[in-house]
Amino acid sequence: MKKILAAVAAFIALPMAIHAEVEVKAAFIYVGPVGDAGWTFAHDQGRKEMAKLPFVKDATYIESVPEGADAARVIRGVAQKGYNLIITTSFGYMDPTVEVAKSFPKVAFLHCAGYKTKPNVGTYFGKIEQPRFLSGMIAGKVTKSNVLGYVAAFPIPEVIRGINAFALGAQSVNPKAVVKVVWTNTWFDPGVERSAAESLLSVDCDVLAMHQDSPATLQAAEKAGKFAMGYNCDMPTFGPKGYLCAPVWNWGVYYADAAKKVHEGTWKAGADWWGIETGIVDLGPMTAAVPDDVKALVTAKRKEMIAGTFHHFTGPIKNQEGKVVVPEGKVLPDEEELKMDYFVEGVKGTIAKMKE
Amino acid sequence: MKLLIQKRQSQSALFNLMTPLLCLVLALIVVALFLVMAGVNPFAAYRDVGIEALGSAYGLSETLVQATPLIFTGLGVMLAFRMQLWNIGAEGQLYMGALGATWVALFSGITSTWLMIPMMMIMAMILGGIWAAIAGALKARYRVNEVIITLLLNYIAAGIVKYLVYGGWRDPKGYGFPQTADFPPNAILSTYFDTRLHSGFWISLVLAAILWVFTEKTVWGYELRVIGNNPRAAQYAGMNIQSKTIFVMFLSGALAALAGFAQVSGVVTRLQDNISPGYGFTAVIVAWLARRSAAGVVIVSFFFGIVYVGGDALKITYKLPESFINVFQGMLLFFLLASEYFVNHRITLVREPKTPVAV
Repeated sequence: MKKILAAVAAFIALPMAIHAEVEVKAAFIYVGPVGDAGWTFAHDQGRKEMAKLPFVKDATYIESVPEGADAARVIRGVAQKGYNLIITTSFGYMDPTVEVAKSFPKVAFLHCAGYKTKPNVGTYFGKIEQPRFLSGMIAGKVTKSNVLGYVAAFPIPEVIRGINAFALGAQSVNPKAVVKVVWTNTWFDPGVERSAAESLLSVDCDVLAMHQDSPATLQAAEKAGKFAMGYNCDMPTFGPKGYLCAPVWNWGVYYADAAKKVHEGTWKAGADWWGIETGIVDLGPMTAAVPDDVKALVTAKRKEMIAGTFHHFTGPIKNQEGKVVVPEGKVLPDEEELKMDYFVEGVKGTIAKMKE
Repeated sequence: MKLLIQKRQSQSALFNLMTPLLCLVLALIVVALFLVMAGVNPFAAYRDVGIEALGSAYGLSETLVQATPLIFTGLGVMLAFRMQLWNIGAEGQLYMGALGATWVALFSGITSTWLMIPMMMIMAMILGGIWAAIAGALKARYRVNEVIITLLLNYIAAGIVKYLVYGGWRDPKGYGFPQTADFPPNAILSTYFDTRLHSGFWISLVLAAILWVFTEKTVWGYELRVIGNNPRAAQYAGMNIQSKTIFVMFLSGALAALAGFAQVSGVVTRLQDNISPGYGFTAVIVAWLARRSAAGVVIVSFFFGIVYVGGDALKITYKLPESFINVFQGMLLFFLLASEYFVNHRITLVREPKTPVAV
C-alpha cells in the first residue's frame, strides 16, 4: 500500500516539478554581423549549441547593434517580447544592460566582458589569455626575426592581458622575442585591420597575432608570406600556408550552463570568469606549419594549465620600465589582472596613462 | 524627345506640402518591395514601425530622445545655412560641447546644484562655438572654404574626445575601460517616469522657438538672409559681413554643442567615444529638408526620430539585418531629397518633330 501511495504521490509530483521549471527563451545582442568570421560568429555558434537543448524554446539574436546608450532600446525591445534570458555580448552594452534590467527584475541578464553586476545582471568572460600564452609559445618558436606583431583593437584590460600573455608565452621559449603592438581603435573594420597588419609586416615582424573581429590580419600575413595567428575561432581558410593556430572561444559551454540554470530556477547573477579547464577557451588545432616538437611542448603546457599547475602570469614579471610587477614565485591575482593597464617587458607599444 | 528642366518660379503651399508626402509614399512602396523579397509582410512591418515609434508611451519617448540632439544640431546647421555658410561640422561641435559639459561636471570643482547645469551648458556652447568660429574666421579673413574646415574639424574633435577617454579622463574605478566616471547627480538632467526622455528636450523646443522669432521676425534675421543671398548688396547696405560670418558660425556651433551637452548630461551620464551615432551629419539633411526654418527643424527631427526608432522595430521583430535598416533609411532620404528637386524644378517632356529616316 505504501509503495502504491508513494508511486501515486510521485506521479502527481512529477508534473508539478516539471511545471516549476521554466522554458528558456533567450535573446542575444551582437555587436557585429553573425558572418564576421570572428567574435560574433563565435558567440552565434554558442547560441546554436544552446538552442539544441530540449528546454530552450527559442534562442534568437539581433546583430550589428551599435554600442552605446541607444542599445538600451533594442535590449528593452527584446525584454518586452517575453525573453527570460538576455545575453549582451559586447563591453559597450554594460550601462544599457544594467539600465534595462532595472525594469525587468524577473529576466536574467548576462553581460559579456564588463564589471557591473546587479541582482539580475551577471557578467561572464573567459581566460582567453591562457590560450594566448600558448599561441605566444608557438610564435616564439617559429619566428626568425624575433619580432612578433600584434594588431590590437582597444587599449583596455581585456586586450592588454592578451598581449602580455602572448609576449610572456613567446619569451618563455625565446628570451629574445619582442612584440610590436599597433592599435586600430576598432573591433571590426577589415580595411583598418589589414593596413595595421601591413605596417607591422614592414617593420620586420614575421609572425602576426591579432585581437580583432575579422581575419584581415591573416590575409595580410599570407600575402606577405609570413605566419599568423587567428582569434575567436579556427580560421585556417584565411591563410592556407602561414596560418598557425588560434586562441578560440567555445561560448556554447557557458550558454548551455546558463540556460540550464534559468530552466531549473537556480540561476544567480554573478561575475563568472571561466578558465581553460571548463572548455570555454582553448587553443584551436595547430596546422602543419607548426613543427612537431613545438606542438608537443604546447600540448604539455596546455595540460599543466588544465590541471591548474601552471599560471600564465607567474613571476618574475617586469613591466616595460623594468620594474618588477609580479615577484618571483607569485602569481598575479585575478583582481589585478582584471584592471591590467601596463605592458610587460619586451612589448613595444604604448598605453595612454590615467590621471592620478 | 527630350527632357526640359526649368527652375520653378513660384510654388503653392499645397504643392510644397504634397510633393514630399508623395515622395514619402513612393519610398515606402519601394521599401515594401524589398520587404517582400525578405519574406516580410510590408503592411505588418509598417504597422510595427508605427507602433514602436509612436504607439506606446515608451516608444514615443524614445522618438523624442532621438529627436532632441537632432533639433539642437539641426538648429545650428540651419542658422549657418541661412547665411549660406555651409557648416557641416555639427558632429564635431557636438563632441566639443560634450567635452565642455563633462569638464564642468567632473573636473571644474563646481558643486553647486544651481550652477552646475547652467555652467555645463555655457561651457559646451563656448567650446562648440569656438570650434565652428575657427572655420568662420578663416572664411571671413582668408576666404577659406568652410565646408572643408568644418568637415575636417569633426575628426579632430572626435579624436580629442577619444584621447581623453582613453587617457587622462578615464574613470579610475572603471577597470581601465575607455569612459569617464559617472556624473554627479546634480550634473544629470532629470528624466521622466521609466523612460530616457530628459529635460534637454524642452530646452531644445524653447531654443527652436527663440530662433524662429529671431530668424523670421527680426532685422537681424533678415540681414542673415540678405548676406547669404547677395553679399555685395549687403555690403553696400552697410552690413559687416566679416564679423557676422564669425558670429553666426559661433552661434551655429554653440547650438550644435548643446546636443553634446544633452547627450552626456541627459542620456549617457558620462563621456565616452560613441555618444553620437552621427546626429551632426544627419543634421545637415534635417536643416535642408526643413527648408532652413526653425519650426521645420523640429518637425523633421521628429520624423527622423521615428525612422531611427522604427528601424529598431524591424530589427527586433523581423530580425532584419542592420544593412536592411540602412537601406530603409537610405531610401526614405533619397526620395525626400529628390522631392526637394522636384519642388524647385519643373520637368517637362518635349516632343521633337519626327524627322524622316533615309533608307
